[in-house]
Amino acid sequence: MTPDKIFAIIFTVFGIGFTYWYFLMKKDEVVSAKNEIDVVVQGGYNPRVIAIPQGKTTKINFIRKDKNSCLEEIVISDFKIKKYLPLNEKVTIELAPEEKGEYPYSCGMNMFHGKFIVQ
Amino acid sequence: MAEIKKNFSIKGMHCASCVRITERALKKVPGVSDAVVNLATQKATVNFDDSLCSQKDLAKSLETTGYKLEEERTDEQEEIEKRKELNQLKIKVLMSLALGGLILWGSFPGLIDTSPQILKNFFVQLILAIPVQFYAGFTFYQATIPALKHRTANMDTLVVIGTTVAFSYSVFVTFFPQIIESLGIEPMPYFDVGAIIIGLILLGRYLEAKAKAGTTSAIKKLLSLGAKTARVIRDEKEMDVAIEEVKVGDLIRVRPGEKIPVDGEIVEGESSIDESMVTGESIPVDKTKEDLVIGATINKTGTFVYKASKVGEETMLAQIIKLVRDAQGSKAPIQRLADEVSSYFVPIVIMLAFFTFGLWYTIGPEPTLLFALLNTIAVLIIACPCAMGLATPTAIMVGTGQGAEKGILIKDAKSLETANKIKTVVFDKTGTLTQGKPEVVDIIQLHNFNQDEILKIAASVEKGSEHSLAEAIVKKAESENINLEKIEKFEAVPGLGIKANIRQYVVLLGNRKLMDAEKIVIESSVMNEIEKLEDEGKTVMMLSLANNLIGLIAVADTLKDSAKEGVDALIKRGVEVVMISGDNRRSAQAIANKLGIKRVLSEVLPHEKENEVRKIQAEGKRVAMVGDGINDAPALAAADVGIAMGTGTDVAIESADITLVNKDLISVASAIDLSKKTMRTIKLNLFWAFGYNVILIPVAMGILYPNFGILLNPIFASGAMALSSISVVSNSLLLRKIA
Repeated sequence: MTPDKIFAIIFTVFGIGFTYWYFLMKKDEVVSAKNEIDVVVQGGYNPRVIAIPQGKTTKINFIRKDKNSCLEEIVISDFKIKKYLPLNEKVTIELAPEEKGEYPYSCGMNMFHGKFIVQ
Repeated sequence: MAEIKKNFSIKGMHCASCVRITERALKKVPGVSDAVVNLATQKATVNFDDSLCSQKDLAKSLETTGYKLEEERTDEQEEIEKRKELNQLKIKVLMSLALGGLILWGSFPGLIDTSPQILKNFFVQLILAIPVQFYAGFTFYQATIPALKHRTANMDTLVVIGTTVAFSYSVFVTFFPQIIESLGIEPMPYFDVGAIIIGLILLGRYLEAKAKAGTTSAIKKLLSLGAKTARVIRDEKEMDVAIEEVKVGDLIRVRPGEKIPVDGEIVEGESSIDESMVTGESIPVDKTKEDLVIGATINKTGTFVYKASKVGEETMLAQIIKLVRDAQGSKAPIQRLADEVSSYFVPIVIMLAFFTFGLWYTIGPEPTLLFALLNTIAVLIIACPCAMGLATPTAIMVGTGQGAEKGILIKDAKSLETANKIKTVVFDKTGTLTQGKPEVVDIIQLHNFNQDEILKIAASVEKGSEHSLAEAIVKKAESENINLEKIEKFEAVPGLGIKANIRQYVVLLGNRKLMDAEKIVIESSVMNEIEKLEDEGKTVMMLSLANNLIGLIAVADTLKDSAKEGVDALIKRGVEVVMISGDNRRSAQAIANKLGIKRVLSEVLPHEKENEVRKIQAEGKRVAMVGDGINDAPALAAADVGIAMGTGTDVAIESADITLVNKDLISVASAIDLSKKTMRTIKLNLFWAFGYNVILIPVAMGILYPNFGILLNPIFASGAMALSSISVVSNSLLLRKIA
């Protein structure tokens, strides 16, 4: 086997490993929201995993800075919320979860994901 | 000078005093003539002269008091913005396809011979490709870079990697052809690949956005129904006012052909009203004094005055829109799999792309680098996670929208999905299969009391009761001009009847269970009489005075026009129909016979209905319960799908999964049909979306090359990918035609 082919195999193995590690092994930082929290929508949601209190109303302010049409809607299906996020504008969604648990949310195309953890 | 009226949202209000403070602050701004703030909606309606003050002035004034003013976003504004975004996209599509086409002309085998010399120049191709890659394709980079920062990847990531690889290779070939040549590869750039891919994917996105707009057409249609003005009578003067200014209690005049502005009750006049746009009921409904009218419906013939009872967000139309919106935001359980897959999909595709590169470079044919690069790009581009993401929600949107147009309001995607599996439909009898307005049809004397006296005693004790049978008796007494007597110690025994005192005598009025409980003797001849009446489907109430049975009152309820057809439609679909009723077995059976219902659950007390539903569920059947949503709320909630018949102008019935505002019993079968069709569409969409990726990704990797010599050109891959998401949305839109 020629050196370039050996290099290609190393490159491939490294690429696959890196992709797995980078995208599938990440640990999310949980950010706690106190009454209100801003979520920047740009290439995903930042913060992505948000802890909110049970039985209280928390305001989640989504601000979309990403032109990608994929992110133009926010869907929080457990709360039956599907809202259009105009570019560079704050859209406030109020959540008052009654039960503890994890509530996922996503973009309208179900490509970008996040979750609320009710504690 | 131009006075305008605008609505704003106010942030930071929590109490009634906030209303006063904010109103005062707004009115203080020079140029503002009026400001009305609503605490419930957190909205302000401000009349101001926009040449004297601006929105900024209003916001500033509010800010000093600690509140925030934001312009309210209307659906129209959203529409305009979306259209603007769509137009920009269109320009990018046209630009990239035009430039990409030129590059393709100058480089694609077969076409190249017909192209002018200048297009064959690599540097010209580079200049043509730059705006496509970095202007039209900018949105892909814009989405990818922050996504990568957050360690997430999506479709844009794939497009960026694929086109950037093609572009970078081509730039290298353009500037260093001799190096490529020394590797034994013909120095040919692939600017056309990147440019056409970007063009086609943007085109796909453009068409998809246009098609997706169709999935919300039901909401748009509902939104457009609302009236803009109302002819209000204030201080004996009629005036046209904007719909937002109509208040509860306002008297409104509606003339023939006009739209009824808000919900209310007719106080004067009568008319025939077309309610089809809101309830789906196709035949105009005659309405007169004390009847309810629904906003957004059309007055056909007469002129009438009515009193507004619900305005703004409270109207039936607003509630319907909210319900449909909520349902469209909910998630169907079937989507879970797609959700699961989509969170791993893109990283897996990237890994497959690496694998493809390694495989072709090490064991592929010469020139290995070129094959490896082109196939890697094809894998990245062919993968279409969007189709999977769109498969379920678009069908749910069209399905729930279709339902709303027909007067079938579905609470959420889960209910729509479950309705598809319904095997048994339980109908509550009174008020659901029947009109719920029973009439007294027979009065039988058993003692020395004449018919009028029997009716008098019965009506006197029933006066305080809210039961529908009581209403029938009192109504009958009123029509016979009978004066009622004073009663004492009124006691309603749920499911049995009534106990009260008249002139110190104990009066009992109710069914046999009540008589048995109170140990009243029923002679066999009377029993025969009762059974005869019950066999005719009548409900018999027994009246006893001082422990003696003195008379029978038979009450009958008429079947709804759509009852027979509604039941037949279900039986035809192989659904078991069950009738549940508080009536005794004979009268319940008589009604069931008329409708062709074989299974009857009679003498079921209101609180037992829930249990009966659970019993049927225990037989392993999925049960839908159809009721009025008020008396049978627990049974509706217990059923797999609770279906409530709309009453009045309330549409959001808590315990119901589906509300039939059209009050038509055939809609129960229609709802099941709609659910089946929607589920079929979803399954087809998911099958297509998964199948597409499962089949074409290996093809792009070159699985067919060893045996058939087939490889996927990245340009075709981008075409297939664009088509794939459009086809899913279009398939969902087909539901509009077949549902």
